[in-house]
Amino acid sequence: MSARTRLSARGATAARTVVVLVIGLVTISPLYWMVAVAFSTRSELLGGGEFRPWPREVTLDNFVRVFESFPVATWFGNSVAISLVVTALSTITSLLAGYAFAQLRFPGSTVLFFIALATLVLPVQVIIVSLFRLITGLGLYGTYWGVILPSAATAFGLFLARQFMLGIPRELIEAARLDGATHLQTFRRIILPMSRPLIAVLVFMGLLQSWNDFAWPLIALRDNELFTLPIGLLFLQGQAGSDYGATMAFALVNVVPIALVFLFFQRYFIAGFARSGIR
Amino acid sequence: MARPRRAGARKEAAAAYAFIAPNYLLLLIFVLIPLVGALLVSLQRTDGFGEGTFTGLDNYARLASDPLFWRSLANTVVFTLIVTPVSMAIGLFSAVMLNAALPARGVLRSLLILPMAVSGVATGLIGVLIFDQNSGALNRIAEVLGLPSVDWQSQPIPAFASIVIATVWWRTGFNMLIYLAGLQGLGPDLYEAARLDGANALQRFFAVTVPLLGPTTFFLTVLNVIYSFQVFDLVFVLTGGGPGGATSVLVTYAYETGFVTRDQGYAAAIGMVLFVFALVFAAAQWRASRTRDLVE
Repeated sequence: MSARTRLSARGATAARTVVVLVIGLVTISPLYWMVAVAFSTRSELLGGGEFRPWPREVTLDNFVRVFESFPVATWFGNSVAISLVVTALSTITSLLAGYAFAQLRFPGSTVLFFIALATLVLPVQVIIVSLFRLITGLGLYGTYWGVILPSAATAFGLFLARQFMLGIPRELIEAARLDGATHLQTFRRIILPMSRPLIAVLVFMGLLQSWNDFAWPLIALRDNELFTLPIGLLFLQGQAGSDYGATMAFALVNVVPIALVFLFFQRYFIAGFARSGIR
Repeated sequence: MARPRRAGARKEAAAAYAFIAPNYLLLLIFVLIPLVGALLVSLQRTDGFGEGTFTGLDNYARLASDPLFWRSLANTVVFTLIVTPVSMAIGLFSAVMLNAALPARGVLRSLLILPMAVSGVATGLIGVLIFDQNSGALNRIAEVLGLPSVDWQSQPIPAFASIVIATVWWRTGFNMLIYLAGLQGLGPDLYEAARLDGANALQRFFAVTVPLLGPTTFFLTVLNVIYSFQVFDLVFVLTGGGPGGATSVLVTYAYETGFVTRDQGYAAAIGMVLFVFALVFAAAQWRASRTRDLVE
């Protein structure tokens, strides 16, 4: 590489860095504003007078007010419990079904796979009225299970699992079969250990989706002791009106845990998607 | 030889059904049965309490002369046509930028995909904070810069724009992430060859990167269009469909009709229209991808 091309390469890197930094700043600024408002005194950043983009003094008042007036800890616990159960169930059902579609031959597989794909394009709001009646009929209205069970099988997870497992060589599975392994043993001893990146993607997608889910829990839950964080957030907004400080403090309680999980998982997430043959 | 093989096939099929059973039982009970239920409800007039009355296709006929339905349908389509390409283009651009050598690449990447982790409700509330006409950050900044302030909440076009901007912010990170995954699968050979042929960075992008990422783009287009058809939380919280239906989309309209005015038969009919749209789109995409696979 000549000195000149090295110089221009460095120039290109600098230019790229600037562009990415600008995109990054634009992306992060709404989140910054949420944090700034959450930690400033009531409407300090929002009132009249000159515009100040940061708090004069940092305060926890908003958090104190929210935690005193609303059962935030309960809502947090509900969100954790529901997300963990939904994620565990949806990951397991996706892995099992994905294995069958990727590696086993059975009559009706094409039709069944297409039915699952059709449910992928179905917005929950289409069926929300009759799902509500069904849940009520089953006595699950206003319970955890009424929220959990309709979210416990996802066509998207099934689809991802199948794509990923198509990439596992069939010879491996046939070898295990010749050694006398049952299908369940093959699944546990060969498929699962090879599916770690996939499991990371499924777990992360499950957590993200159930933690942030809104439309269905809004309908399926009635008592505010059972609310999840997003429902509680809306409820609080209805009560606190334009108390932006309180709203943003609670929004942070909703966002920070999943954002941390997300930052931890992202590396595996990209690797998992890269290997699921979706590209 | 034939007999054990047939027995093996039967065993394999039995195992397969057992493996798919948990998933399909749940899908059957909580998706397919309610879907049939929705179709039946859409043929009735009912407020959700007691028995409904069967009215045939009345609800569907009503749709034709309902201006708010047409407005919501048009909004859904326009929203999808703007948000999908814009968030995918920015996602692709950022992914290509981030895939090259950069200082602090990991930090920058985390920064760009962070909105993905924010819930729709929180995104909507942050949007309220930013787009508030009186105390919102955007109008305050405009004031400082001496620019005219915008009536984000009371004017139809700015209100719609605020939904689009918030969604693009929210959605771009996911697209970037999937594009990054796609880029990781591309080998350096083609780029080397293109470079030796004298292609510059822009030419390499359009001649090598874009075509090779075709399957990723296809996958993302399907997902983005389906997500756009289903956008709910953000609109619900940020504008509630207003002002005057300017940001009403099919899903928020169906929710309003079903659970606020409690005209559940009509709500189900709106939902079925949405479902048919999504299905037709998915089928068209599927056909397009099959033809493309045959050509390749």
